[in-house]
Amino acid sequence: MIGASMTNANLLSILPQLASGAAHTHALGFLYEGLTDDKAVRLRVPYRADLVGDPDSGVLAGGLVTALLDHVGGMAVWIAMDAFRPIATLDLRVDYMRAAAPGRDLLAQARCYRLTPSIGFVRAWAFEDDPSDPVAAAQAAYVVNGEKNAGSPS
Amino acid sequence: MSDDLLSRLPYAVFLGLTGEETDQGVRVAMPFADRLIGNPMLPALHGGAIAALLEMTAIVQVASTYPRLRLPKPINVTVSYLRTGRPRDTFALARISRAGRRVAHVTAEAWQADGADPIASLTAHFLLQEQNTQ
Repeated sequence: MIGASMTNANLLSILPQLASGAAHTHALGFLYEGLTDDKAVRLRVPYRADLVGDPDSGVLAGGLVTALLDHVGGMAVWIAMDAFRPIATLDLRVDYMRAAAPGRDLLAQARCYRLTPSIGFVRAWAFEDDPSDPVAAAQAAYVVNGEKNAGSPS
Repeated sequence: MSDDLLSRLPYAVFLGLTGEETDQGVRVAMPFADRLIGNPMLPALHGGAIAALLEMTAIVQVASTYPRLRLPKPINVTVSYLRTGRPRDTFALARISRAGRRVAHVTAEAWQADGADPIASLTAHFLLQEQNTQ
């Protein structure tokens, strides 16, 4: 939590709400896990049978992993802006490196590595234990600054 | 066939997806539900729900085209968000651009009121596997 001291206290206080406060993120069971030492934001989705993609394997659905990476990426943009302002995902690419382990919670962390006046560029990873052994990796761009003609609100 | 498959996939059930065979492929519907809302202020659907609809539509299209293969596994997916997803029913269709021995390339589009105004598009690769291999 070293990075926390550099982040706006008001934003910090609402991060748990931003992680799971919307109906969809609440229904999926997203949980705020905090900031890492180098200020990546981390979320958890507890394993649930109704979030599985293939019932023969018990592996969490790819679409759930995408939703988690989309959401954690948006939170990384808010942290880079040091404020909660409307943003919208412009595009998102997810590489699935391996199946998520059945029965295990999935974690995701993201960092906005470049923020311009109009776009936040994000990389994000999903994993069970260690971000260096990822289930999936994402590269995403978010429109910031209230652009109205593109993107899907996160 | 496609509706049977969707009803077997837990995450498709969670999202409320239903499938219908059309002459353009399997049209998947995601009826509006409050639990799909990502932004309560606008309100708008969560981008993750739209991405999942597109990915499931692609999976069902591949599975219904190649029923003897295992359920296709995503290798990578790219989603572009074109318009805000309004709190209403959403639909999607996928098209297999090419299917080789191992990999299929699939595109998909999602729309709401008007099929000419897509709200999101997907480009994805899926791994194709025989039933008896891992």
